[in-house]
Amino acid sequence: MIYIYSFLFAGFVSMVGQIILDNTKLSAGHITSIFVVVGAFLDTFSIYDMIITHVGAGALVPITSFGHSLIHGALAKASDMGIMGLLMGMFDLTASGITAAIVFTFIFTLIFNPKN
Amino acid sequence: MGDEIMEKGKYEKIVAKHKPTETRAQNAFIAFVTGGLIGAGAQLLTELYMGWFDIPKADASTFMLVTLIFFACLFTAMGFFDKWVTFCKCGLIIPITGFAHSMMSSGLEYKKEGPIFGIGSNVFKLAGSVILYGIVSAWFFGLLRLIIMGG
Repeated sequence: MIYIYSFLFAGFVSMVGQIILDNTKLSAGHITSIFVVVGAFLDTFSIYDMIITHVGAGALVPITSFGHSLIHGALAKASDMGIMGLLMGMFDLTASGITAAIVFTFIFTLIFNPKN
Repeated sequence: MGDEIMEKGKYEKIVAKHKPTETRAQNAFIAFVTGGLIGAGAQLLTELYMGWFDIPKADASTFMLVTLIFFACLFTAMGFFDKWVTFCKCGLIIPITGFAHSMMSSGLEYKKEGPIFGIGSNVFKLAGSVILYGIVSAWFFGLLRLIIMGG
């Protein structure tokens, strides 16, 4: 059942992005930025956490989960450290994704050449 | 003569009204299916990792995200991910694969300009806005929550 929820949620977020892309002048860069902000906003009152417990990995894959991870790490640290914790914990959960993306990008950029 | 021109304009208006809607619906459907498949595949991969390495769900999710990023980078570097993105559009852009794809493609594009001013300064050309607005909004909303709810 969780597979169906994952499919529906990830598909729904992608579809909303596609509808915005086709019907407005916003580019893909605008949409991904907006979605990150929406993800951060939804996690402000723990709504996104609730979605993840119900939907599973399907909620972790869309870019909205990036905003959620940022604020989640920041708030977790802030509960110990106060207001400075917001700055210290910001990358706690997203570090693996960003580091992986940077390292893989660098290695593959050295190995491969652009096709056209 | 005037009527003819008006009719011609009217006809084109009707065509424009009907033709793109179909491709829009098609695009939305393709994005839904591909995005959904990635979501369901991610769930499957998470559960496989939990079984194989005997690790908790949070760690398995991280492994899963790193796997997706790895393959998105690799396929972009090999040259065929761009074709998939033009076909699926938001189905591949909205998931984390789009983030990796944007970094990889700008890295490759500016490779010829050298390691510092080419790769180094252009890798975050597109992904940078996601990170910047993500951090600024997360900081702002986090501050808001600290003030309103006290943590």
